[in-house]
Amino acid sequence: MAGTGPTLRVEGLRTHFFTNDGIVKAVDDVSFAVDRGQTLGLVGESGCGKTVTGFSVLGLVDPPGRVTDGRILFNGEDLLTAGEERLRSLRGNRIAMIFQDPMMTLNPVLRIETQMVETVLAHQDVDRDTARQMARDAMGKVGIPSPDERLHAYPHQFSGGMRQRVAIAIAFINKPDLIIADEPTTALDVTIQGQILFEAQKLCRETGTALIWITHDLAVVAGLANHICVMYAGRIVEEGRLDDVLDWPIHPYTRGLLNSVPSQKKSGERLEQIPGMTPSPLNLPPGCAFKTRCPRADHVCDAEPELREAVPGRRIRCFHPHTQGTP
Amino acid sequence: MTPMIETRGLSKRFVKRLDLAAKIAERLGADVREEVVSAVDRVDMTVAEGEAVGLVGESGCGKSTLGRMIAGILPPTEGRILFRGVDVATMDEREGKKAALQVQMIFQDPFASLNPRMRVEDIIGEAPVIHGIVAPRDKADYVEEVMRRVGLDPDYRRRYPHQFSGGQRQRIGIARALAVKPEFLVCDEAIAALDVSIQAQILNLFMDLKEALNLTYLFISHDLGVVKHISDRVVIMYLGRVVEVADTEKLFAAPNHPYTRALLNEVPRLDLRRRNYQPVVGEIPSPLDPPSGCHFHPRCPHATRRCREEAPVLKEIAPGRLSACHLNDGT
Repeated sequence: MAGTGPTLRVEGLRTHFFTNDGIVKAVDDVSFAVDRGQTLGLVGESGCGKTVTGFSVLGLVDPPGRVTDGRILFNGEDLLTAGEERLRSLRGNRIAMIFQDPMMTLNPVLRIETQMVETVLAHQDVDRDTARQMARDAMGKVGIPSPDERLHAYPHQFSGGMRQRVAIAIAFINKPDLIIADEPTTALDVTIQGQILFEAQKLCRETGTALIWITHDLAVVAGLANHICVMYAGRIVEEGRLDDVLDWPIHPYTRGLLNSVPSQKKSGERLEQIPGMTPSPLNLPPGCAFKTRCPRADHVCDAEPELREAVPGRRIRCFHPHTQGTP
Repeated sequence: MTPMIETRGLSKRFVKRLDLAAKIAERLGADVREEVVSAVDRVDMTVAEGEAVGLVGESGCGKSTLGRMIAGILPPTEGRILFRGVDVATMDEREGKKAALQVQMIFQDPFASLNPRMRVEDIIGEAPVIHGIVAPRDKADYVEEVMRRVGLDPDYRRRYPHQFSGGQRQRIGIARALAVKPEFLVCDEAIAALDVSIQAQILNLFMDLKEALNLTYLFISHDLGVVKHISDRVVIMYLGRVVEVADTEKLFAAPNHPYTRALLNEVPRLDLRRRNYQPVVGEIPSPLDPPSGCHFHPRCPHATRRCREEAPVLKEIAPGRLSACHLNDGT
């Protein structure tokens, strides 16, 4: 099934919301690709469009939102022209999503077993017993003790971390080619987050599943991803190999974001903060959306910067990048 | 020197009382009991003047309950809280009010902690007028001064909370706390709900205020990176008990308690790339039914029989360093 190309290639994606107050360009010309067995970190702050990007890939954008332009190539097949029936056969099967709140995945009135068996039977031609066996195996793989008993439980009988594991087990049960994980550990405690990251990492290595990890937490991405896209106000502002971007951020926003993380500096020193706040998506400044908060902005930034390769392997959207000088 | 805040054997238990049906069932011989959660279990800790103490732990460990008791908005079940060496329970009304004003709290949720029907000038200005810190006719000037201090534009003083962003709302919450001229701030996950770039702004504000007003902080957080940055000393809690206390630098350099070690190990770090996660096993136990002995023993790789049977006490293992672990007794 998998061709020679990347598992997922998104080209020039635009998802706009046509609200009464105006058009919100939640995703505006976003392009990226993920290969088999690779992990892409999609990083940004609230309202930057990272979640809508994930929803767009799965065809889950509801009105007033609409994908207005671009291509989403999954194993070479354009999902935007695929039609609802084809998408339904792919979702939960070849492409799965893990949400921040596991109760988005789980039905509160059905036993875990019913939900997992259903996921298998909807997509695979196997009998109920085989499906049950697969559910048991999947539960074991995400580290849930005594899976036989736990399969008969309802979601409310699990803790938050356990629920997220079940959601991950359901995502992995049909061995998908691509998983989109939207802040799956943000609501969890540190030790539980470590467990979830461990399971996700292990399963992707074993099955060769491509992973898109959407998060605001750069440190989580650092431990997980190969490649990183930083988003701001609906656009990718910097994209490249993880080590390159974290060691030498070129875009002023990426640099500001990294400097905002406390562990980067010595204790008690002032953090280099980014002034101001994210502009309203209804009212973006013309030109570069970051210019109102950027220390390097000048009149050139009134024009819109194109995504370009500033140094080999690194694409940025900026007129005044940090390509010279120290990292 | 007398510490600014000291707690002695401070406990808080939440009891779910039996309802009528359960009481009848009990009379008839059914095995029903009141459910008791020991949210905070005999905690001794001190915060010295001018110090920033970080209080760290996972959800349900009792850190917020402890913070609320210290801030005086939740009565303790047992134990004492001393403010500048004086037990707050023995103070008369005037002294008590004065001490209560000195300790202010900043909450996690900048949306839920501000009254949506009050204007910013009243949110900030109400308390200082009532407590006689400013005369009513000077209120407008005073509010302006406090707003400037926390980085808010005084032109917005007639607005309502919903007209502000999350970061600005948190600044309003800080301004409200500062308006009564406190000496001590309890910050309960005060930046957890904010975006990374806004977190840095608020952290900087906390550090600036500490210097300018000589404030003392109890900084409650689950985020070790933040705590490391702002605290002089760290207190680690697990299921209602304090398991380790140490200077920030020493704690991060050489954690003693196995739980602290596990916690530090799990923290995602920018400099650790594509690491192999080695998570601690197991869930956080339910506080309704905590494990016997040392609460951490079911998840601890070094647990012995003694850990299962006997709760370890918090002991000094080096000057200024406390840890509650049997392993420190040597084998």
